Amino acid sequence: MMNSAFSYDVLVIGAGLAGMRAAIAAHNQGASVALLTKVHPVRSHSNAAQGGINAALTDRGDMWQDHAFETVKGSDYLSDQDAVEVLAQEAGQDIIALEHMGVIFNRNEEGHLGTRRFGGQKRARTFFVSDFTGQAMLHVLYEQTMQAKIPVYEEWFVTSLVKDDQGRCAGVVAFEIRTGTFALFRARSVIMATGGLGRVYEPSTNALICTGDGMAVAYRAGAPLMDMEMVQYHPTTLKGKGLLITEAARGEGAYLLNSKGERFMERYAPNMLELASRDVVSRAEQIEINEGRGIKGCVLLDCRHLGRAFLQDRLGQIYAEAKTFANIDLAEEPLPIRPGMHYQMGGIKTDTEGRCWDVQGQWTGVPGLFAAGETACVSLHGGNRLGANSLLDTVVFGRRAGTCAAEYANTNPPPTIPDSAMDKDKHLVANIVSRKGPGERAAALRLEMGTTMNRHVSVFREEEGMETALHHITTLKTRWPDITIQDKGQVFNTGLIAALELGFMLDCAEAIIVGALTRQESRGAHFRTDFLDRDDEHWLKHVLLYHRPDSPPHVEYLPVRITQWQPQIRVY
Amino acid sequence: MHTTLRIRRFNPEHDHPSSYYQEYDLEIDPSDSVLDGLIKIRETIDDSLTLRCSCRGAICGSCGMRINGHATLACKTKMISMASEGETIQVEPMNNMPVIKDLVTDMAPFWAKIRQIQPWLQPQGLPPTAEYTASPESMNHLSGVMSCIMCGVCVSDCTVLEVDKTFVGPAALAKAYRFVADPRDAATSQRLNFLNQPSGMWDCTRCMECIQVCPKGVGPMDRIMALRAKGLAKKVPSTCGSRHAEVFTDIIKHKGILDEPMLAIRTFGLKNIGRLLAMIPMVLQSLLKGKVPPLGPLHRPIPGIQHIQRLFKQVRITR
Repeated sequence: MMNSAFSYDVLVIGAGLAGMRAAIAAHNQGASVALLTKVHPVRSHSNAAQGGINAALTDRGDMWQDHAFETVKGSDYLSDQDAVEVLAQEAGQDIIALEHMGVIFNRNEEGHLGTRRFGGQKRARTFFVSDFTGQAMLHVLYEQTMQAKIPVYEEWFVTSLVKDDQGRCAGVVAFEIRTGTFALFRARSVIMATGGLGRVYEPSTNALICTGDGMAVAYRAGAPLMDMEMVQYHPTTLKGKGLLITEAARGEGAYLLNSKGERFMERYAPNMLELASRDVVSRAEQIEINEGRGIKGCVLLDCRHLGRAFLQDRLGQIYAEAKTFANIDLAEEPLPIRPGMHYQMGGIKTDTEGRCWDVQGQWTGVPGLFAAGETACVSLHGGNRLGANSLLDTVVFGRRAGTCAAEYANTNPPPTIPDSAMDKDKHLVANIVSRKGPGERAAALRLEMGTTMNRHVSVFREEEGMETALHHITTLKTRWPDITIQDKGQVFNTGLIAALELGFMLDCAEAIIVGALTRQESRGAHFRTDFLDRDDEHWLKHVLLYHRPDSPPHVEYLPVRITQWQPQIRVY
Repeated sequence: MHTTLRIRRFNPEHDHPSSYYQEYDLEIDPSDSVLDGLIKIRETIDDSLTLRCSCRGAICGSCGMRINGHATLACKTKMISMASEGETIQVEPMNNMPVIKDLVTDMAPFWAKIRQIQPWLQPQGLPPTAEYTASPESMNHLSGVMSCIMCGVCVSDCTVLEVDKTFVGPAALAKAYRFVADPRDAATSQRLNFLNQPSGMWDCTRCMECIQVCPKGVGPMDRIMALRAKGLAKKVPSTCGSRHAEVFTDIIKHKGILDEPMLAIRTFGLKNIGRLLAMIPMVLQSLLKGKVPPLGPLHRPIPGIQHIQRLFKQVRITR
């Protein structure tokens, strides 16, 4: 038997949509499951997903192949097509399952699920709950975990993964934020579902909690990160702090205008206009701004013609957001917006079952470790994620990871790891807290990192800028061990957490830059002004990064899996 | 622009922990929220200042706290809307829940109450192969209450919870309404019967604070009133709560003025002598404050009572 109160078959780290979906799936397989999360489940960043969730429902004439093809095309042919096929085929059943759990999707006149149109897709196949789809799903999944009585360790912070003597993942070391008490969580399998890393950039649409913890923890333990250079800039983020304005606004008919009042997307994507895929629209906006046709670093999102009643009904959240945060009435005035860091397409490399190791042995990783959601890279989104595919990613691949992790736990003996596995992390934390003197603050370093990334590794990139960024991040890494915090207590020490998160983010930042420097072409969100074209001959492959403690990561490559869609020129 | 944040602080690890106020002077931008101010303090002046925050966009519900005496989301509250140049803004942790440290409160009691109402869909039998059919209106109606982000702001400022910790509270009741009003849920009667008990839907005093402070327009009190109406329509077993509502209506209908002694007698029933006797001090106080009609149960209907009765008729018909 396992020898601690904190022992489970399956331990899920992170309680957003992917984590909770995984936990419910593992629970349904009969496994003992717990969720461990640094914020309460309903505070997760999944809340922020506004517009909807895609699915080709075949019973109303849609084809999963169309959804799959548009996802592949959207990815600029970098997605693994076996993963995309799974996603598109299983989307319908997962949406229906969510509806049965209680999600209040908007309906059509007949009382069936209604749809709206999203970018990069020719058909309306996005199911939605007004413009708070993520929140509506997140709360329902939390209800389901309550009903299933799945234990939730909320406000616990993971510091590292623990492996047994055969190199298998055997649990995690974590501390309870409220008391500062460390504990060793033993588990036969661990699912990483910790979301994205947006705070590596400044500004970002992401919540302050999106600090790449899970990616860094898995990476440090030996799991490779894949395609980290693929960072999505969302075309409509609010001027200032980068709050998200949903793509549903354009889906429902809003226009983009430059300072001359021109609907400039006519020049960049004559067919799809504002509904071309996100990388295309973001680049178009940035060109307009760079060439002097912007307004104070922004272009305009015009919703006036949609009418107040429609805006309040279908886009109520952004209508309120524009009022609160920009003092603008969307029915009367256009909104200044610009591209802003939004989503990490890359992440912990997994197969279609969520495994972070390859059973065929083409790449190495950490047996027993699983990942799902934004922290993972299946690879579904490739070079560019289509709007409303991220929620789908969390539920389809969260479920699959949960199921497979429960099966894996069933066939593997319980891990034997000693309590001393916590010692290193305990010492590190004690060291950070006890460090004296007016050293640098974590917040100051984070801001330097964020602005560096946003300047040099954003919509447009080139070698010299990225080298500068890499040099800067390397320097920040050497400064990190000397930062000091004023709070010396055990209870709710958020200063300590900021310091640890910064350590994780610096590893992620380095991985992004190394990936971007490695890929010498332009594909999807990765647009290099020194390599303007996509180069399928040399770069139709994934970039795998393995962590090394004291030097930049080791780079390997994996071929892209192509099933039925050969790469074509990508136009919208 | 310049402002001062006066923040209530509490550190349980102090030798003799007690709360105190600390002031921070800040140079602010007109677009800054109170949360921006707090983050600025934490990042540049004092990283021991402890609060929860995450989305900065009024959707995650982390940063509930009291600002100038009322609970709200710090991210949604602009500093310039709270104070003019040079004025002080007071920031305190939410009420009606224990404080862990500084502005961080213990939400465990909050979630315990949410769990009391069995907050998950309970349909009958096996689900259909496709989705449940439901009218667009019914789902849009639910989306108003589904926008609740569980921030705890309504619970913080609930005046009933201040005196009675057992009250299930506005957030849990609004959540209960979300299921009662869902055409797919089959547990309506059980839910209403549960809420019909003491500490349930009849304990709200309609002070409207929760409606005032809710950052998402959920209107918890309106949902509580809707629950009561559904309860009466479903004929939940008679309790002090439901009788109070019915007797209240009946007295107004017949006299056009509230007859407090009669309300108490008919609500509790003549058999409940203990309860009635216990009310005597309150009745006397009410008399002194002029809140009881001088003739009490003998009071005649007010002049023009027929107009009130006509109103009653119309209200019943339009329902």
